[in-house]
Amino acid sequence: MHELALLIAAGIASGTPLLLAGLGLLLNERAGVVNLGAEGLMLIAAVTGFGLAFYTGQTWLALLGGATAAALFSALLGWMVVYLNTNQYASGLALSLFGAGISAFVGAALVGKKLEINQTEGLSFLADLPFVGPALFQQHPMVYLAVALCLGMVLFLYHSKSGRLLRGIGESPASAHALGFPVRRIRWISVVVGGFFCGLAGAYLSVVYAPLWVEGMVAGRGWIALALTVFATWRPWRVLVGAYLFGSVTMLQLHLQAIGIEIPTQFMSMLPYLATILVLAMISRNPSWIRANMPASLGKPFHPG
Amino acid sequence: MIVLEKRQHPSLWMGYLSPLLSIALTFVVAAMVVSAMGKDPLRVLSLFTLEPLNGKRAIGEVMLKATPLILCSLGLAFCFRSNVWNIGAEGQFLLGAIGAGGMAMWLTETGLTEPGWLWVTQALLLGALAGAAWAAITAWLRDRAHANEILVSLMLVYVANLLLSYLVFGPWKDPKGWNFPQTLRFADSLSIGRLGAGMRVHWGFVVALISAGAMVWLMYFTALGARLRVGGLAPGAARFAGFSSRESLWTVLLCSGAFAGLAGAMEVLGPMGQLTPHVSTGYGFTAIIVAFVARLHPLACVLASFLLSIMMIGGELAQSRVGLPASVSSMFQGVLLMMLLTFDSLIQYRIKWRGRPSKELAKHA
Amino acid sequence: MTNALRLSLKAISKSYGNLRANDKIDLDIKPGSIHAVLGENGAGKSTLMKLIFGLLQPDEGRIFLDGTEVRWQSPEHARAAGIAMVFQHFALFESLSVAENVWLGMDKSWSLAAVAEALKELTQHYGLSVDPNAFVHRLSVGERQRVEIARGLLARPRVMILDEPTSVLSPQAAQALFAMIRTLAKEGCSVIYISHKLHEIRELCDDCTVLRHGKVTGQVDPRQCNDEQLSALMIGSAPAPLLRAPRALSSPIVRLDAVSVPALDEAGERLNTVSLDLAPGEVLGIAGVSGNGQGLLLDLLSGELTSDAALMRRMKGHIFFENRAIESLGVRMRRRLGIMAVPAERLGRATVPELSLADNMFLAESKHAWRLDHQSLYRSAHDVVDAFAVKASSPKALASDLSGGNLQKFIMGRALALRPKVLLVSQPTWGVDVGASAQIRQQLLALRDSGAAILVISEELDELFQIADRIHVMYAGYLSAPVKRADATVELIGQWMGGSWLSHEHAAQAESATLQYEG
Repeated sequence: MHELALLIAAGIASGTPLLLAGLGLLLNERAGVVNLGAEGLMLIAAVTGFGLAFYTGQTWLALLGGATAAALFSALLGWMVVYLNTNQYASGLALSLFGAGISAFVGAALVGKKLEINQTEGLSFLADLPFVGPALFQQHPMVYLAVALCLGMVLFLYHSKSGRLLRGIGESPASAHALGFPVRRIRWISVVVGGFFCGLAGAYLSVVYAPLWVEGMVAGRGWIALALTVFATWRPWRVLVGAYLFGSVTMLQLHLQAIGIEIPTQFMSMLPYLATILVLAMISRNPSWIRANMPASLGKPFHPG
Repeated sequence: MIVLEKRQHPSLWMGYLSPLLSIALTFVVAAMVVSAMGKDPLRVLSLFTLEPLNGKRAIGEVMLKATPLILCSLGLAFCFRSNVWNIGAEGQFLLGAIGAGGMAMWLTETGLTEPGWLWVTQALLLGALAGAAWAAITAWLRDRAHANEILVSLMLVYVANLLLSYLVFGPWKDPKGWNFPQTLRFADSLSIGRLGAGMRVHWGFVVALISAGAMVWLMYFTALGARLRVGGLAPGAARFAGFSSRESLWTVLLCSGAFAGLAGAMEVLGPMGQLTPHVSTGYGFTAIIVAFVARLHPLACVLASFLLSIMMIGGELAQSRVGLPASVSSMFQGVLLMMLLTFDSLIQYRIKWRGRPSKELAKHA
Repeated sequence: MTNALRLSLKAISKSYGNLRANDKIDLDIKPGSIHAVLGENGAGKSTLMKLIFGLLQPDEGRIFLDGTEVRWQSPEHARAAGIAMVFQHFALFESLSVAENVWLGMDKSWSLAAVAEALKELTQHYGLSVDPNAFVHRLSVGERQRVEIARGLLARPRVMILDEPTSVLSPQAAQALFAMIRTLAKEGCSVIYISHKLHEIRELCDDCTVLRHGKVTGQVDPRQCNDEQLSALMIGSAPAPLLRAPRALSSPIVRLDAVSVPALDEAGERLNTVSLDLAPGEVLGIAGVSGNGQGLLLDLLSGELTSDAALMRRMKGHIFFENRAIESLGVRMRRRLGIMAVPAERLGRATVPELSLADNMFLAESKHAWRLDHQSLYRSAHDVVDAFAVKASSPKALASDLSGGNLQKFIMGRALALRPKVLLVSQPTWGVDVGASAQIRQQLLALRDSGAAILVISEELDELFQIADRIHVMYAGYLSAPVKRADATVELIGQWMGGSWLSHEHAAQAESATLQYEG
């Protein structure tokens, strides 16, 4: 039983970067912009965060610094796709390639370094409850922050004026423009904020979860987060469920080894990627259902007038 | 304030100027970054431009690295022109390496190594087939399940990497290899013939050039190529003409997968001579940049492959001679692509100064 | 005199390049009047409204609102001054509720609850029956229009402009709309009612300005006129049919048998038990405002929809060609049978803009070689350019370089060169100059005389009267019975375009018929 609790806890911790990145991507996709640079942004944030943590020893500075670095590059991408109307897919891809390169470049000096930060914190009184304690309440504050952000996203999208407007822009930028709203500015802001969230995810990986820096350590989580938004039909709570599920799949390897099933590690490591493909195939099969749920202007350039 | 205005006609000038400007500006950025790190920018720049062309052997290395880039980028340009975003060329490359490497391993172990050229050809074809099969997964999922090919092909890259890792760390590991993750060395006869003494570049380079010609022929002189071009330029017109989008999807993906697989097979049967986890130095991803710089034209892919091959070698030289991290070239590749996309937007739009933001929403009937 | 007028336009002119969309137009709207602006498509109505609404600036002329001269720089200006406009294409977000939609367009001082309250009051007062909490994607087109009207009314406008409001409504819903308009007018708001439906204008409006080719041809009290007088002002007299060979009767070559295609959502096109016969040697015209199912009909006949599995599953009924059911055949098979389509969209569908004319011939190739024969394409393009007097520098000219009229001549020529047995054309002369239009119509008649069967979908009544042997009218997915050209009058067809021929139950279905969302 205790092992199950630990598995759940591990799944939640592992799923948190997916949740954070997924929420960020959900935000800009709801506004109609697809950000294929998520992987690159997470890498940039990871290396920045690790560097800051290594040199200053401050966790929260590192996390916010990493996220800000990602937000800056995200702002650049946003400018390209929203104002210059460059191809969203190609531009995001370019950012991912660039992010992979620059993070490896900048992080070369950080490989192998250790961080001296106390990691697990958790909610004190709740942490001692049987089963639920170890399962849910012994996590790093970032985990709880991620859940709070999920709630905040729901409140924003469905219960605030600007959130409704954002959804409207994602559905029909032309209508929003006809009503007099600054469509491009709002889209750009959504890309920047979305990038910030992706950055939090990346920094969390290198500063809290691992914690270490190695080239390419994000290992495709940015891409998986992109698949997550489709899987979650662009709804925040579903992103949370999906993130934790995927996180658990990654953890399955350890669990299976613990109960004596011997599968080569590489095949276990394949699980999240195969799961992503499977989920994508299942979700996309009904095109009219996707059409009914997807922000109608996703991926399409918008030029006023 | 600066405003972008759509042009009446796409600017022909910017079409040519954009790649040149991007390359030039990338060099400028590179120089700035490098001097910020305390290294001599001019020295580094010469390492990236002149050194790789210094001497016959050096040029041979450029041709060697250009070979997989040409092949992969030809396939990718083909895909991108049809709006099929195959990002998984790297995975298809690896499967090609696995296919050809596996066969070469089996041949070496069982002693079936003569005549070398016959076996090499078959192994190369097997590699191409393996790459095409890997790409077929993506094609099938998009065809049947409307799954996004970007994400599927990318996920398959990670899977391919893990598969290769499993094989060379596990069942295919050379028992006499001191426990290093690598297969045995293939028999000498099972390698692609060199183009010249003392050089590593091989006949694969010639095959790559021929492939470029073949792609030009396919795209501009066959009905299939015309159908694909129409589908990429105007999907509505392709529907009107009764062209099958399914046909184009499968054609471009299988073709692209075969090219990438062939490139991987060549790498393994050429300079490497065995399978290791480092079969690819990101050729599949660099090829994406090559395809864009070449503006998706087959002959330009050859030129752009040379350019990026030089950049990659420059990166290696910078690492060994000046102490820059190995990832410097992949970073600048990313910069190059982002600059290219930015300047490309000026093909469709023109920059104009407007005094004050005008509130007039003039829409012409 | 100006003081007594709510809105007055004096000598307003606006040109787009060579095209004079509005030519010295005077428009006088009295307070509390329901003023019709009548004219065919292309008469200049929408340009005029854009000028009133502040989307465009006039080249010449002045505008007066309640006696004061005004010059609006933007729609926001006009709105603030009291002009409200309800467009044909709604600026509504489907995933939000009615109240949320309207709330988004209001300034900070309004809360969502206040908007919902105000909407409830409004809708009761004007009899609009809209639930503020309903989500827009669930609303029919008529209901969405009511939301747009409600949104306009919230600002207590002095002038409300309605652009073809009943084009999407059944007769009953139209009556409800009229009641609302009358209430509005009684309260002092002036209503500008843009339409080409004569019976409506005579029923509802007390004043009418008629436009034709950018000029005002008359200002009358529609209650004192009959349909013929109004038609005469609007389109002149019905043009005489063009000369053609006498029609030899023969059995139909294409037959639609009770074809139905339900729509996926409220606003989509649909077909409701459409049946028609198309015989060789005739031109069959389909009249009606675009969006009533004509596009769907053309796509279904051309074969482009065969690859849409979901749609083919929804489809009922059959399409017969020479007594053989062909609904499962794709475009290329149908072309081999001799069926060729010329869609309304020229760039991006009938041609690829970035390719040359020679390359664009490839889109209509019926040969099936694997080799691309550039010379043959060039020659065919050259032949078409010559035979149809297309003004292009050479067959190597890009499709995007040609003017609209010349491109259409090329597209028609390309289709005619294939000598089809059945030609399906949509909007053959839309946006084409007078000379080229005449040429194209002559070519269609020549093809008819040689024995081909031609289906022409057109918004221009003029055109159908010139070339059609029989005319159907399409409305809300329903197809009327055909009427012979000799029996057809402008007013009859005009009335039918408003759906007057639909039985009551069909009309109710037209108002609210949809399919539930799939999945």
